[in-house]
Amino acid sequence: MNALLDALGNLGPQLAQHVLLSAAAVAFAIVLALPLAVWASRSPPVARLALGFASLVQTIPALALLALFFPVLLAARAVLGEGLPTLGFLPAWLALSLYALLPILRNAVTALVNIDPQAREAADGLGMTAWQKLRLVEAPLAAPYVMAGIRTASVWTIGAATLATTIGQPSLGDPIFAGLQTQNWALVLAGCVASAGLALVADALFALIERGLALRRPALALAGAVLALLGVAGAALSAADWRGDDGRESVVIGAKTFSEQYILARAIGLTLEEAGYRVTYREGLGSAVIHEALVDGGIDLYVDYTGTIWANELGRSDNPGREAMFAKIVAWEREANGVGVLGGLGFENAYGLAVRGDTARAQGLATIADLARVAPRLTVGGDPEWFERPEWAAVRQAYGLRFARQRTFAPTFMYSALQSGEADVISAYTSDGRIAADGLVVLGDPLGALPSYDAVLLAAPRLAGDAKVAAALRPLVGAIDVETMREANYMVDRDQDKRTPDEAARWLLEQLR
Amino acid sequence: MEPAALPFLQFDDVSRRYGDVVAVDGVSLAIPAGQFVALVGASGSGKSTLLKTVNRLIAPSQGRVLIEGEDVAGLPPPRLRQGIGYVFQGIGLFAHMRVAENIGMGPRLAGGRLSAERLAELMALVELDPSLAGRYPDELSGGQRQRVGVARALAGNPRLLLMDEPFGALDPVTRAGLGERVRALHGELGLTTVMVTHDMAEALLLADRVLVMDKGRVVADEAPQALLGGAGGEVAQALVAVPRAQARKLAGRLAR
Repeated sequence: MNALLDALGNLGPQLAQHVLLSAAAVAFAIVLALPLAVWASRSPPVARLALGFASLVQTIPALALLALFFPVLLAARAVLGEGLPTLGFLPAWLALSLYALLPILRNAVTALVNIDPQAREAADGLGMTAWQKLRLVEAPLAAPYVMAGIRTASVWTIGAATLATTIGQPSLGDPIFAGLQTQNWALVLAGCVASAGLALVADALFALIERGLALRRPALALAGAVLALLGVAGAALSAADWRGDDGRESVVIGAKTFSEQYILARAIGLTLEEAGYRVTYREGLGSAVIHEALVDGGIDLYVDYTGTIWANELGRSDNPGREAMFAKIVAWEREANGVGVLGGLGFENAYGLAVRGDTARAQGLATIADLARVAPRLTVGGDPEWFERPEWAAVRQAYGLRFARQRTFAPTFMYSALQSGEADVISAYTSDGRIAADGLVVLGDPLGALPSYDAVLLAAPRLAGDAKVAAALRPLVGAIDVETMREANYMVDRDQDKRTPDEAARWLLEQLR
Repeated sequence: MEPAALPFLQFDDVSRRYGDVVAVDGVSLAIPAGQFVALVGASGSGKSTLLKTVNRLIAPSQGRVLIEGEDVAGLPPPRLRQGIGYVFQGIGLFAHMRVAENIGMGPRLAGGRLSAERLAELMALVELDPSLAGRYPDELSGGQRQRVGVARALAGNPRLLLMDEPFGALDPVTRAGLGERVRALHGELGLTTVMVTHDMAEALLLADRVLVMDKGRVVADEAPQALLGGAGGEVAQALVAVPRAQARKLAGRLAR
């Protein structure tokens, strides 16, 4: 309970961002929907087209809609220039606005189409122009129904805005995604409670406005509107940077969606704060967008892995060996993107095959070559992605591996499956803290079938040649061995006595002194 | 032609077609200022369509409508309509506005404001209690609502009043009372009035002149006295026969 209250207490900045994002999205949806609704109410083909489009948007999962704006904006750069942001507020705002369109549009069109035809005839008979008719008769009569649509849209938008975290826009999704990855349920719950609470408040305020309009009590509607505006203004005030320009240089650090990334981002951030930088974090970025975010300056620093860059960014499937791969990546990042590789951190987070300690001893297993002898009697387990990856095909081919059975587990359950004997061998991340905690043995790869996944520190083009940043971060380069990283990861991942990524990062930095 | 001899309202070979259906078929008429004209006919005879060509809620397919010699098509419809009072069966009060705001809408559109004195005067003209000024339409009875509708139509000081089945939805007592009130207003305010009704008795009691329509054409154009005397032809006499028979029966019962 205390953990939940603590987590809720720390959500101020995310709440402010969430309010601003949702308000901006609903406002934009209103600006789009209302003129469209007026047009649609006068032209059935337009109504079919507009409502069809809005319904279609609604069928796209919100997470995918947000992600789709990344390539869309990337393509739009050809027209609008390279300065167009592809991550963060802009794509989140556009996607959520589209998402909010349907309920407002549908309610407004329905309300306008169903306005009493007698009132329209009277308006015409009195000599109203089309605009006067809309302003004096149609709009006020439709207002309560339009307001109901805005209310629905607001509740949807506030819920969907939690997904903005995945494209680099801070929101109440931050604690939810961080908590899901580190299995910190208090954090997940805090994010859910805050966003649900916000949705309820918005719903209540809009209900007030709706009732005020329906009951012709302007004071009631005005009270609701003023309270809602005060809330948004409060969020804007708290989100504004009151520290002003204190002469400190500002740096944004990115992190993907797993514990190690959260810890390393904080370790980098703490180190830079000590060196006098002002640090902000963009956490929970999808693996596919984080590299692009670095290239276009949405983030300044993050940690990636050589094998990931090799396959995802360079599109290579061969394995030239650790040194050659690293050298090629450094050269490619510099030439193609202007990105600086500040160096390896000293450990690897690769795919590996792990067995229980007692299995290793009983069967005499030290390498994958040893495993090949006994594999036909064993069951291999992996996460859903593993059996589809090129690494699995490569390792099977290199060692002639043939298992008795192959089973798929969610990553969280893989380790318990190994403990309970439902799997004899699992695919594991080599820096996972549970390897040490569970006494597992990661089998050696003498043939080099699995590519290396050395953790490397990448800097955005603007910091690539920055000697001060490089000097500040030098203590981290080559300094973190895999045992230390595993222990730090385990502090966050374990079930009892969990630490926050920030605490684990401080512990990690202690070990480097 | 002398200006003084110019009719106030003139239909000049007016037709209105909907595809193959002819709703109004070549009507030519002249209505002098100050006349109270009833347009009578069965449903679908074209009487409402003809009425609405005057304020251009319906545009004729052919022909012209002239007010004081001026083609109504030559004016922007809002300006034309602001000068014409229009009352119809559906009333069409604005549900989100109070009675006072409804009545004041015409002057508001013209860029002015309805004064409290003028509001009281208009409400008195249609015999509405002044206390109703602050009410919303859904708090009124049907008769009160149509009184507001008439007051709203008169608020802009029109010289021409068009009424389309204005009392059709009212109970007989309210209907008779409001009909007589409107007829009196017609005289007091010096209006020219065209009223569409399917009720021949109403036409005979209120109008100076009764036009009978059938299949888009005007088949009779007579004074009420003449119609009651047997003029106007077959269609008109069929319509007159109903109230006449009723009147005879009532007289017979009275004599007994």
